[in-house]
Amino acid sequence: MSVLKRTAFHERTAALCVSQAWRRWAGHVVASSYDLSHEREYHSIRSSAALLDVSPLYKYVIDGPDATRLLDRVVTRDVARMQARQVVYTGWCDSAGKVIDDGTISRLDEQRYRMTSAEPSLRWLSENAVGMNVTIGDVSDSTAALALQGPSSRVILEQLVQADLSALRYFRLTDASARGIAITISRTGYTGDLGYEIWLDRANALPLWDALVEVGADHGLVPCGILALDMARIEAGLMLLDVDYVSAHRAMIEAQKSSPFELNLGWTVRLDKGYFVGRGALATESARGPEWQFVGIDVDWVSLERLYADVGLPPRLPAVAWRTSVPLYSGGSQVGYASSGCWSPLLKKYIALAHVTSSYAAAGTPLDMEITVEHHRRRAGARVVQTPFFNPGRKRA
Amino acid sequence: MTTSRYDAIVVGGGHNGLVNAAYLARAGRKVLVLEARDRVGGAAVSEEVFPGFTFSVFSYVVSLLRPEIIRDLDLPSHGLHVLPLESTVTPMLNGDYLAQWGDHDQNRQELYRHSPHDADAYDEYGQLMYHMAHAVKPILAMVPPDPTSLSPRDLLGMLRFGKHMRGLGSTKFNALHKLMTMSSADFLDEWFESDPLKATKSASGIIGTFLGPRSPGTAYVLLHHYMGELDGVFRAWGFAKGGTGCISEAIAGAARKFGAEVRTDAPVARVLVRGGRAAGVVLANGDEIAANVVVSGLDPRRTFLQLLEPNDLPPDLVTTIRRFKFNGSSGKVNLALSELPRFTCLSRNGADPTIALRALRGAISISPGMDWVERAYDDAKYGEFSRRPYMDIVIPSMIDPSMAPPGKHVMSIFVQYAPYALNGGWTGAKREAFGDTVIDTISQFAPNIKTAILHRQVITPADIERITGLSEGNIFQGELSLRQLFFFRPAPAWARYRTPVSGYYQCGAGTHPGGGIMGASGRLAALEILGGA
Repeated sequence: MSVLKRTAFHERTAALCVSQAWRRWAGHVVASSYDLSHEREYHSIRSSAALLDVSPLYKYVIDGPDATRLLDRVVTRDVARMQARQVVYTGWCDSAGKVIDDGTISRLDEQRYRMTSAEPSLRWLSENAVGMNVTIGDVSDSTAALALQGPSSRVILEQLVQADLSALRYFRLTDASARGIAITISRTGYTGDLGYEIWLDRANALPLWDALVEVGADHGLVPCGILALDMARIEAGLMLLDVDYVSAHRAMIEAQKSSPFELNLGWTVRLDKGYFVGRGALATESARGPEWQFVGIDVDWVSLERLYADVGLPPRLPAVAWRTSVPLYSGGSQVGYASSGCWSPLLKKYIALAHVTSSYAAAGTPLDMEITVEHHRRRAGARVVQTPFFNPGRKRA
Repeated sequence: MTTSRYDAIVVGGGHNGLVNAAYLARAGRKVLVLEARDRVGGAAVSEEVFPGFTFSVFSYVVSLLRPEIIRDLDLPSHGLHVLPLESTVTPMLNGDYLAQWGDHDQNRQELYRHSPHDADAYDEYGQLMYHMAHAVKPILAMVPPDPTSLSPRDLLGMLRFGKHMRGLGSTKFNALHKLMTMSSADFLDEWFESDPLKATKSASGIIGTFLGPRSPGTAYVLLHHYMGELDGVFRAWGFAKGGTGCISEAIAGAARKFGAEVRTDAPVARVLVRGGRAAGVVLANGDEIAANVVVSGLDPRRTFLQLLEPNDLPPDLVTTIRRFKFNGSSGKVNLALSELPRFTCLSRNGADPTIALRALRGAISISPGMDWVERAYDDAKYGEFSRRPYMDIVIPSMIDPSMAPPGKHVMSIFVQYAPYALNGGWTGAKREAFGDTVIDTISQFAPNIKTAILHRQVITPADIERITGLSEGNIFQGELSLRQLFFFRPAPAWARYRTPVSGYYQCGAGTHPGGGIMGASGRLAALEILGGA
């Protein structure tokens, strides 16, 4: 028994991980990058196909006559209106309307769902299920999950399952058989590109991995670690719990909590669907408007270049995505902070995800972002932009 | 016969007395510490009981030693080094174990093995306790006001106290109210389902009290122990390198460096009172030593009823102190071992040997279930020591090899319950029977223990009282129950380290905020004496 958990694919990923760069994700060890550098892995997401082990996600199967009722009570989206085989992305809140976590819900059939989350959710789901005819199964360990992301992902997957996947629309799922292995394919992902996630029984993990690698060889399939994923998800404008926001269940002070509106998740809040946890507070906030908003930041290249030129250096760019709090200013005063950012090798832009007070949230608003240049804290010009930073048509096509 | 006059005499060289003396000396006062034993430390002493084997004879772990004291007195330069105890392992009756690890992921994985529900709840519980500890912490650093007094200072103190409580918000206030009123068993039942987990957590709610986990009020003590704070890190239990005596020695070293004089083998008979004012002390050998201020680090019973004449005190205070509950409830067994104990739960087939080794660097809690701990209390309630006691075991030589010869080990076993008022009183035979019970119980979980023992030292509450002077052998100088805390510790209106005798102060754990190797009482009393609080 290992002290940290290993995913169902560990035997394969460990053999590939020449960098020996590992990190923790939900109690598991996962590869930061397989290669010595994550660069090739990053580019595979945007140019061919990346294979990611996303098994550490917490996964729950909610089953029973009250499954819809339970989920509609917990999350902000309208679950009753989901069609079978549909997937939705949603957040969920405490009774004060502050976000606890975010994830996806897949409607597997009429009264059976799979929910993913970043943090353990068994207790929260159970507490909300009191008096309901529903079972909540923690399938985090028994269900293995892979993400196959990138422009070539469809052709690889079609070859694997010997079926036409062009009918599988964005945020829909289908059951399939891959060389005799039963899998569920959802057209979802965390990269903002064309991509799929594959869900299967842990016992079949290694044969499926092998099959994918074999089929993918002709299509530029690259096993991809978390470092590359982190850059892609920033380009896609997708936030990450514990990095971009603090769960209401973990916050030490009120100021650390965020409402869905403050996280740019207002579109997931369906106040018209009837009661759900946090609805009262969210109705009030909806009428009033949020104090903060979650926005994209595009750092001005010319300004950045000038800061470095002042000390006789060319601009130095982060090689990997950063996850620290970086102040944002308007004039002399701080009006927000970026919570993660990276240099986008594809867009050739220095981008960040940030929290700013609402009066500075409109696209185009000029701000300054703190940059440490040769040990001195300077400010580079930046402006608020719409996210996603990168939004290829193939994502939904 | 000494003729020199001191600004202050501290009676009792326990850790609080030494902290008090160090702070007074640091402020330029001429200070004398008088200790009855041949060494300082009180209940925080390290002794080579058996050649080559050093024991923290009584108090054995440290969690609450105030960081400001460590900083103010620069204790590391006097040898203080607290090493972390990172885990607690509870052997279970079914042959399995439940471990609580310092690493979040490892801990969650282990709890999940026993109860997926508890694995989730653990984080939220930790969150709540953190909030509660955060809420109570400022109170620990506060000189308690007198709620019945109308003096501006007390009113201001109560206002600050009230504002602090109101600032908690309703959720935290409600949780605090529950902690103050519930039993630790009931409180933990609201959170967890795993019996060994609840039993082990509840045990920290009954340490040093004559209460069972199902007795109301024990939930607060849960928090009191949860508040372990070292180097600003919450919940870090530690082991002092060289044993707890090294903490006392470090504080004594700091006190001496600031100019205090520390005298051992100098038992004090009584405090000299002239015209309602403290004037010095009389030693047991008849010597008189004059001082402007006398500070007692002894427990409330000795501070008021032994060191003073009855006529020095108003009768209602005498009554209150007589009612102050001591009820020593715990004993200690110290073992010199020829080899490590082999706990069967850690050496089962397929068990990871590195886990077994790591587990022995932490605490082993003999608390397999709530009934086990409550039954242990049942025995004590009717005047017997527990037939199957709760025990907190550490093996200091696993953390600090200097405690034992190479390859050999020392084992410290805190045992509850061992009532001070044992039926028929404590005798040599009873002490050995108590020791046998402890060893028999451990051998149920680690069968090689009996053959590994080179030497054993059994300490009953009567021994604690006889050796350290702690009344009835209560390790906290009086129970840490709610009715004896904050402005009730040790008596209403006298919770501010003062006494009815002008110039005579108290600084022991029998005052707010109470027991554990915390030093807060000694420090706050010094600030009060110096007029700086």
